[in-house]
Amino acid sequence: MVTSIIILSLIGLISATLLYFISRKFHVEEDMRIDEIESVLPGANCGGCGYAGCRNFAEQCVKATSLDNLLCPVGGNAVMKKIAPILGMEAVEQAPRIAVVRCNGTCENRPHTSHYEGAHSCAVIAALYSGESNCNYGCLGEGDCAAACDFGGITMDPVTRLPRINPDICIACGSCVKACPRNIIELRKKQEPRIYVACNNRDKGIIARKACTVACIGCGKCAKNCPSGAITLTDNLAYIDSNLCTSCRTCVEGCPTHAIQVAEADENENSSINEKESATC
Amino acid sequence: MLKTFRIGGIHPNEHKLTANCPVTPLAIPRQVSITLNQHIGAPANCIVKKGDTVKVGTLIAEACGFVSANIHSPVSGTIAKVDKAANAFGQYTTTIVIDTEGDEWEESIDRSPELKEEITLTPREIVQKIAQAGIVGLGGATFPTHVKLTPPKEFKPTALIVNATECEPYLTDDHALMLESPDQILIGCRILMRAIGVEQTYIGIENNKPDAIALLQGKAEKYPGITIVPLRTRYPQGGEKQLIDAILHKQVAHGALPVSTGAIVQNVGTVFAVYEAVQKNKPLVERIVTVTGDHIARPGNYRVRLGMSMRELIDMAGGMPNDCAKVILGGPMMGKAVSNLDSPISKGCSGILLLDESHAHRGTVAPCIRCGKCIMACPMGLEPFLLAKLSENHLYERAEQELITACLECGCCAYSCPSNRPILDYIRVGKNAVNRIIRSRKQS
Repeated sequence: MVTSIIILSLIGLISATLLYFISRKFHVEEDMRIDEIESVLPGANCGGCGYAGCRNFAEQCVKATSLDNLLCPVGGNAVMKKIAPILGMEAVEQAPRIAVVRCNGTCENRPHTSHYEGAHSCAVIAALYSGESNCNYGCLGEGDCAAACDFGGITMDPVTRLPRINPDICIACGSCVKACPRNIIELRKKQEPRIYVACNNRDKGIIARKACTVACIGCGKCAKNCPSGAITLTDNLAYIDSNLCTSCRTCVEGCPTHAIQVAEADENENSSINEKESATC
Repeated sequence: MLKTFRIGGIHPNEHKLTANCPVTPLAIPRQVSITLNQHIGAPANCIVKKGDTVKVGTLIAEACGFVSANIHSPVSGTIAKVDKAANAFGQYTTTIVIDTEGDEWEESIDRSPELKEEITLTPREIVQKIAQAGIVGLGGATFPTHVKLTPPKEFKPTALIVNATECEPYLTDDHALMLESPDQILIGCRILMRAIGVEQTYIGIENNKPDAIALLQGKAEKYPGITIVPLRTRYPQGGEKQLIDAILHKQVAHGALPVSTGAIVQNVGTVFAVYEAVQKNKPLVERIVTVTGDHIARPGNYRVRLGMSMRELIDMAGGMPNDCAKVILGGPMMGKAVSNLDSPISKGCSGILLLDESHAHRGTVAPCIRCGKCIMACPMGLEPFLLAKLSENHLYERAEQELITACLECGCCAYSCPSNRPILDYIRVGKNAVNRIIRSRKQS
């Protein structure tokens, strides 16, 4: 009994001494600020900043010469303001952003021409064919974006089969943007109200309109009438620059196909009415 | 014991409903649409404009680069328009539309039925002629044939393998062609042997086509160096690597070209097209298409002009059955479901399959029970369940290590899965993603 206690204590003592010297010998000098910054970060490890997790982001902050191009989308400006004094730098206030779905192809607007019953994944459909409607650019409705959102900020509307983004949850990390094979989700400046072209169809107007009644037909009326020059037209598709847009709504009223949408603060109330309808594709 | 490939494979119900239907030529369509990317590689360059008049065999689009193919007008008439139009899968591609007037052929084309046995051209001239005629692999892969006949210098071909297996269920277009034109096929083999400088040809035919085996064996005695190899019916025997394994007992290493084993594989339909191009000066303007299905009125093997719309072809075969729930372009294993019937028949279209309600649907998906049937079935020796899962979870690095890029998308895994899991769907997505990663790595 006593011998075993002595032997065990001896082994413990020897190992401890050994480990102490080894750790001294192989000690890696690390910037203390990395730990400090990491403790300030939210720890979601979402990758929304563009780096592999929060620690990697902290390392990048320490390496960087200015914080202009670094932003933790989860913590936002508040966290960046905490990081700045640790590094002795200035944090530039960045406008908050939000994900926006650039498609309004509901069942009524965009009639279905085929029925798909393969794997429930937008990526699979995109690799196979144009999707259940004739639109080659619109939402495929299987919810790859909702699955990619780490915060549960996207739900698939059961009636329209389009993703609905919860503005209170969305922190513009961009994982849905990467997950969408059709590239219809965009991060835009979070302003009230948000005005955007809810279409991604680059086909000629006649083809786009045949596939979907609310498609952007590239007529250019909005670009011509915009008082602040925020709208450009490329490949038969209008684009509103959220940094220049003053939310004057001239384009919304003028759009012949109602492709330009206004996202108001009371968006959720509207959609709850939607759910009561029983229309399915 | 008949030869077959050694790893995996399945034997689905054959359903060769049209096996006894001889090749039937169809009327010339009133209008044809020709897409510019009906082959693997760069799309062809359109060289005609609206209002131009063309004859059968007039070049209307030129190959754009080495891996690309010429396209010729399949009818005589006037170009109605050159515009974007939806293909069979609803995607918009540039299409040449021609209104037919009469049936006037280019003077250089020899349309007489006589057999021309004598081969006078040099290997170089043969390959040039094949390239000019716009011939691509007619088995469905549509890889330009002239590219396959000019392998990299470090490889020396030793044998030609002709794929006449037709391992896909339902399809019988190659079978009908062999019964109709055995001599032309054998001369086509001699032409290709001369082009690539080999002395030996193996024609692999599955033993569910005994009449074709007997007919070709009888005729082949006249032509030195051509051996008919009967093979045990097994899918996917028509895959290039599987066929080389079945006939030569050689495995193609991962990432290597099939020609590294010394074999160049061509489809039997391609061989026939080579005969017509080299001996008769006839470019690829028509092909045999199997129109089949349990309820269609007149299933058969039809010789159609390329560019005819699928709807018109189905109407000529007795019209769309009322209970048709799914139309498949190609065979049931590797073919793709069509979403736009107004799209044209292209060079790679070997069949149109009309499935009724009872066959069209997928089973209910259940969880993977780790039974390993997909592993047993995979002809490339992969672990399909694992690849599908890795791809579903975006673990592309691991998928690359597990050789997802070796998958030939034959569908044996999904066919054999008792839980009806969409294994191939996910593998295809993962394979595309991994290929993209590899490409961007090479560029940087």
